[in-house]
Amino acid sequence: MKFWRKPLDEGKHKIPKGEIHILQDRCKGCAFCVEYCPKEVLEMSEEFNKKGYHPPKASKPDECVDCHLCEMLCPEFAIYVTTLEEKEPVGVGKKEGEK
Amino acid sequence: MKPDPKGVLTGSHQLTGNQACAEGALSAGCRFLGVYPVEPAIEVSERFLERAKAVDDATFVQMEDEISVLAAVLGASWTGKKAMTVTSGDGLSLMMEHLGLGVMLETPCVIVDVQRVGPGLGLPNRAAQGDIMQARWGSHGDYEIVALAPSSSQEMFDHMIGAFNISERFRVPVMVMADAYLAQQKETVVIPKPEAIELYPRRYYEGKPGTYLPFKRDGDYIPRMVDIGQGYKFHVTGLTHDDRGYPVMNEECQEYNVHPLVWKIRKYVDELVDVEENGIEDAEYVVISYGTTTRAANKAVEQARSKGVKIGHLKLNIIWPFPEKRVSEIAKKIKAFIVPEINFGQIVSEVERVCYGKANVVFVVHGDKGMEDPNDILVAIESVQKETQIKDGVLEYQGA
Amino acid sequence: MEAVKTTAAHEIHPMENVLRMDRIPHIWCPGCGIGIAVTAFAAALEKANIDLNKVAIVSGIGCTGRVAGYVKLDSFHTTHGRAIAFATGIKVASPDMKVVVFSGDGDLIAIGGNHFIHAARRNIDMLVVCVNNFIYAMTGGQVAPTTPLAAYATTCPFGCVEPPFNIPYLADSSGAVYVARWTALHVRRLTNSFVEALNKKGLSVVEVISPCAQYYSRINRLGDGLDMMRFYHDNSEIRHGEDTKNLDIGFQQKIIMGKFVDRERPSYTDRYQDWLKQRKVGM
Repeated sequence: MKFWRKPLDEGKHKIPKGEIHILQDRCKGCAFCVEYCPKEVLEMSEEFNKKGYHPPKASKPDECVDCHLCEMLCPEFAIYVTTLEEKEPVGVGKKEGEK
Repeated sequence: MKPDPKGVLTGSHQLTGNQACAEGALSAGCRFLGVYPVEPAIEVSERFLERAKAVDDATFVQMEDEISVLAAVLGASWTGKKAMTVTSGDGLSLMMEHLGLGVMLETPCVIVDVQRVGPGLGLPNRAAQGDIMQARWGSHGDYEIVALAPSSSQEMFDHMIGAFNISERFRVPVMVMADAYLAQQKETVVIPKPEAIELYPRRYYEGKPGTYLPFKRDGDYIPRMVDIGQGYKFHVTGLTHDDRGYPVMNEECQEYNVHPLVWKIRKYVDELVDVEENGIEDAEYVVISYGTTTRAANKAVEQARSKGVKIGHLKLNIIWPFPEKRVSEIAKKIKAFIVPEINFGQIVSEVERVCYGKANVVFVVHGDKGMEDPNDILVAIESVQKETQIKDGVLEYQGA
Repeated sequence: MEAVKTTAAHEIHPMENVLRMDRIPHIWCPGCGIGIAVTAFAAALEKANIDLNKVAIVSGIGCTGRVAGYVKLDSFHTTHGRAIAFATGIKVASPDMKVVVFSGDGDLIAIGGNHFIHAARRNIDMLVVCVNNFIYAMTGGQVAPTTPLAAYATTCPFGCVEPPFNIPYLADSSGAVYVARWTALHVRRLTNSFVEALNKKGLSVVEVISPCAQYYSRINRLGDGLDMMRFYHDNSEIRHGEDTKNLDIGFQQKIIMGKFVDRERPSYTDRYQDWLKQRKVGM
């Protein structure tokens, strides 16, 4: 995300982190979660579940920010997110490890 | 169990049938009345509301049509309140779908049908007995129903209590088949003290929440009920369902579900026989009557007896389930049944069916011409005395 | 770090305390929005801190009518169109219960239209959730009173010639105290609407525009559930407080959503109890 100037309180916010749980066999492959994840963490997998649908998989699980939108949008109650400990604050626009 | 004294207006009163109906309901513990105004059943709600001042947990709603009335009554019954509605023939026709739902959900409730002349709009303030078959067969599918037939204001009161007891015991909607004359005539009604009235308490499930199976039946085919709001979080549906109340879409479940609905009444049909017999022991002819025609039948039987005819009188208090066994027994010993009805022949076909050709069955032709005339019944009695053999079908005599 | 992928046997979804897990997976099609409405409702029950023992949910017939069977509350699956009447009986007989009617557009507005407007007029204290997928889905895709003009359905293969109802307008003009419309995509706003409506006394109507991936969108060549959601994303506009007259939905036209009505009126049970008290005083 690009800012036109550095926010004054950068370095004070912790980014929440979520752990994604996918209940494979409930999924009916509608792809709502994949489409509307704000961090584009999910994508449809090539595997089949028991019913023959392609469930999603988390291709970038570390990017999950615990927003729970996939959990709310899933019509099948097939995906949910649990909160992990928060990441340490990092400067905006900087990558992890950068000063 | 005994009724709540607030609802019992002990004493001797001059009440119309409609008012007696409201009093009977309140004495029986009914605390929800849903109506749609239809002649001739209107005074029931007026009396109920007048008495609601004293019976402060009584609730009332006038719905927008008869269809929603019975739906509301079923919903109210599941809150633990005894619920009823009052209507007439045209309203009963609209209530048929929910009668089926009440049977399927096994919801206790009472439907009073103050019959009027039909079909269609007919005559709003004249009596008829034209809904008897509809009460039994009106809704779709297979089920058994219980219907009572009062013949006086006192009986309106008593039969309301009986109706609520039967509906709680068998978890089935019960109908009370009154009519317009009965509803509007004023007679003495003696309302006893609360201690003298016996009510059948609703059988509740006593286990813990989470263990309740809404349609798991005891040995008598009747499951236990719960009230909503107690934490049982049950589900019931009008679709074919299993013990858990969940819909199951196959024939085995259909049999499992509907067999008890029919047999919970058929198994106990002997308990559901309520007839009054008068002079049957040595009778050669028996008049079978129910509802308001009982009055004319009484008079006719009295007059025939005074002329030496060996005649008895069988009055049906409960018309559905039809007292087949008793009528069949009597048929073996007599020559003919005479059935007066204010319709074109409804209960008479049941009588003919269970006679199995053992006695003649005479229908006193009347149609919807208003109150039965005892002379017409007498003429029928005299005419059938001339019959020398058992004839097929229902006999009707012309030129009365 | 890999996401945890396991079978249902080991995982417990946070909504499971409000769902009848012995009946999940449910019967709704892939891409159907009813499951989203149920998720939002479950989340709202938790957020509003409602005592789950005191909620009764009544459904009619149809796809949305199956909701009562999947939610773990005192639930009733009643006849077509009469869920509101049944719920009125529950509410009048037991005013302490919280009553929710969850049903579809055909059930509530066609056969149940009369009961809908009367419940709003009387202001029976209950929440009516109308999941609007513009079609009769359970019976195979027939035209509904909400099907937009010129859309196709199996009983209007020539295009729908009946102008549809505008549900918020109907609810508002009949007297509902809270009227809102959201789509299945706007699930957080929907949840908040449910919370507000559950805390409101009187008849609240929340319309949920939902994709019907197998009937409405197939017959009208609109793609699948995801395509419908993308359509809602691009073509819906929030206008709180908009006059409900202007909320018609045309075929593939803009959908206006928001909270349109939020007012106070005494409810039926309030008025009935007051009347009883007054009559006793005047005895």
